[in-house]
Amino acid sequence: MSQIDLIFKIAGVGILTAVLHTMLKQAGKEDLAHLATWAGVAIVLIWVVKLLGSLFAEVQTVFRLF
Amino acid sequence: MEILQVVGFALVAAVLAVALRREKPEIALLVGLGTGALIFLAFAGKIGAVLTVIEGVAQRAGLNLLYLEVLLKIVGIAYLAEFGAQLCRDAGEGALAVKVEFAAKILILLLALPVILNLLDLLLQLVGIKR
Repeated sequence: MSQIDLIFKIAGVGILTAVLHTMLKQAGKEDLAHLATWAGVAIVLIWVVKLLGSLFAEVQTVFRLF
Repeated sequence: MEILQVVGFALVAAVLAVALRREKPEIALLVGLGTGALIFLAFAGKIGAVLTVIEGVAQRAGLNLLYLEVLLKIVGIAYLAEFGAQLCRDAGEGALAVKVEFAAKILILLLALPVILNLLDLLLQLVGIKR
């Protein structure tokens, strides 16, 4: 439960990419806007995949799935 | 009162996910994934405590621990499959969710086969068809 900051971090990146997307779109740089979105998704995906790895390891040790 | 923490955590995450869903649905999905993983990780230790107690009871009852292990594995597979399938369904990929559940069913059947065979052997012995 102490890791709620990770959720806030993910949501922060989401809001940031949304704002960046609209800003770049207004500036007429559509390709950069899409690139920013993909970068945000990749950053968040790295965090979440790490978390998912620890979840799988924990499930494997708890339920003895080897 | 850990339930208060869990409910608060889930509600905060739900609000964040709903706020993000319109603009960036992919990140809203990742918020849900991360929340689910964190909640499970916080309570995995308690599941372990319950399982050791169940194992002790089974040992005292003279139960074959092999069956308990099979049961544990089935619960683990079912939990993981449900987690993945629900996330796929949240992402709007119902077809993928059905495939994940299908794979989990096959794996569970595979794990349960030795137990079913043992049961059939026992039945055959009981009715005296096979020595």
